[in-house]
Parts: sequence; structure tokens; C-alpha cells
Amino acid sequence: MSRGNRPLSPHLQVYRPQLTSVLSILFRIMGVAISFGSIVLIWWLAAAASGPEYFELVQSFLGSWFGRLMLFGWTLALVFHLCNGIRHLYWDAGKGLELETAYASGKAVMILTVLITLGLWVLAYALGGA
Amino acid sequence: MSLRTPLARARGLGSAKEGVSHWWAQRLTSLALIPLVLWFVFSVALMTGADHAQFIAWVQSPIVAGLLILLISVGLLHSQQGMQVVIEDYVHGEASKVVTLFLSLSIHVVLGLTGVLSILMILFRG
Repeated sequence: MSRGNRPLSPHLQVYRPQLTSVLSILFRIMGVAISFGSIVLIWWLAAAASGPEYFELVQSFLGSWFGRLMLFGWTLALVFHLCNGIRHLYWDAGKGLELETAYASGKAVMILTVLITLGLWVLAYALGGA
Repeated sequence: MSLRTPLARARGLGSAKEGVSHWWAQRLTSLALIPLVLWFVFSVALMTGADHAQFIAWVQSPIVAGLLILLISVGLLHSQQGMQVVIEDYVHGEASKVVTLFLSLSIHVVLGLTGVLSILMILFRG
């Protein structure tokens, strides 16, 4: 199929990044990241089912600095996708679509994401130690 | 003036005869995942430092096993729905699109089965 000389819609790069667009793009990227991260979750559960030795091996990998970094990123992505997902469900109900409200809820999503993610990790470190 | 019949508008299916159902199913899984994910992340944070025996004992409660099975199945269904939309948006060739969609669906089914069977194994065998 020849695309010829048809006019193109402007590319994403020409737009100045705005809170609304950046959060929307991140929402999708984080969703995909969580999907890939779910492989680790299933691996962890399968390890637990296979027995103590293999489970300890997986646990020690997840407890390494790389494992922790990955888990922290996964938590951040999950909490953000959850918070922004609730924002989207609210929009789907036809509410909160005014520009000012959309900006306010966007900021609330960012603040809540940081607070909940840090809260979970403080809880984990307080209970499990390093 | 719309040329569509009132019945077509009420059904809301559009020319592709589907789409609303996918969109609606995605909202339903998101709604179900709000409490499931909140429960899961806080439970796992509270489980930090637990050894294998403690973890198995936790999963073996019927409520926990049930919620985990729900989380895995609804979560992977939601993941599948989301990945489908992303693939449909960005993979343009018809053949590569169909292949990618099939691969994504297959991986989600395998992951879901592995997860659910692991929970059942822990529940019944320990």
C-alpha cells in the first residue's frame, strides 16, 4: 500500500510535555512494565511450590541489591498504575475532566505514589530488617 | 441527525460489532484489582524476612490461597487486555500483529496456569 504524500499528524516530540500527557504516557509504560514484572511474581510462587531450597535461592536473588532495585521499581510502577488507574476510572464515570481538576488529581497521584511506595518499603525494612 | 437506528445506538456496538465489551471488561478487571493489589502489596511487605515454612503457612490459609488465585487470574487477564491494546496500537503489519497477539495471549495463559497451579500445590501438598 502506497502511503504517498499524505499529510501526517504531528509527531509526539513537537508537543511541550505537560503533566497530563506525561502521566498518560507513563501510565501505559508502567502497565507494560508491571506485565513483564509479573513473570518474576509467578517465578517466585512456582519456587515456593517447588520447595525450600529453590525458594531460598530465589529469595536470595530478590534480596540482592539488583533484586531489591527491581522490586522497588516494580512497586513504584504498580502503585502508580493503581493510583492513576483509579483516576482513569473516575474519568470514565464522566467526572473530574475539567482541566484544573485533572491537574490537581495528577498531582495527587504523584504524591500518593511516592508516599505509598515509600510506606511499603519502610514497612518491609522495619519488619524484615536489611 | 444520526442515521443509526435507535436499536443500534442502544447496543452501542459500532461498525466492528465489538470493542465496547473489551473496554468494559477492562474496567471490571481494574475495579476488582484495586482491593486485590492493595491487599497483596501490604501482605507481602508484612511478610518480609519470612522463610519458606512461614510463607507456605501463610498461603495455606484458604482465604489467602483464594485471594492469590483471584489476584493471579484477574491480574493476568487485565495484563492481557492491556497488552492487547498496546500491541494493536503499535504493531502495524497484519501478520506480525496477529503473531504478537497470539504470543502475548499464550504467555499470559502459561503464566496464569503456572501461578494458579503453584498455589494449589502449596495448598494441598505443602
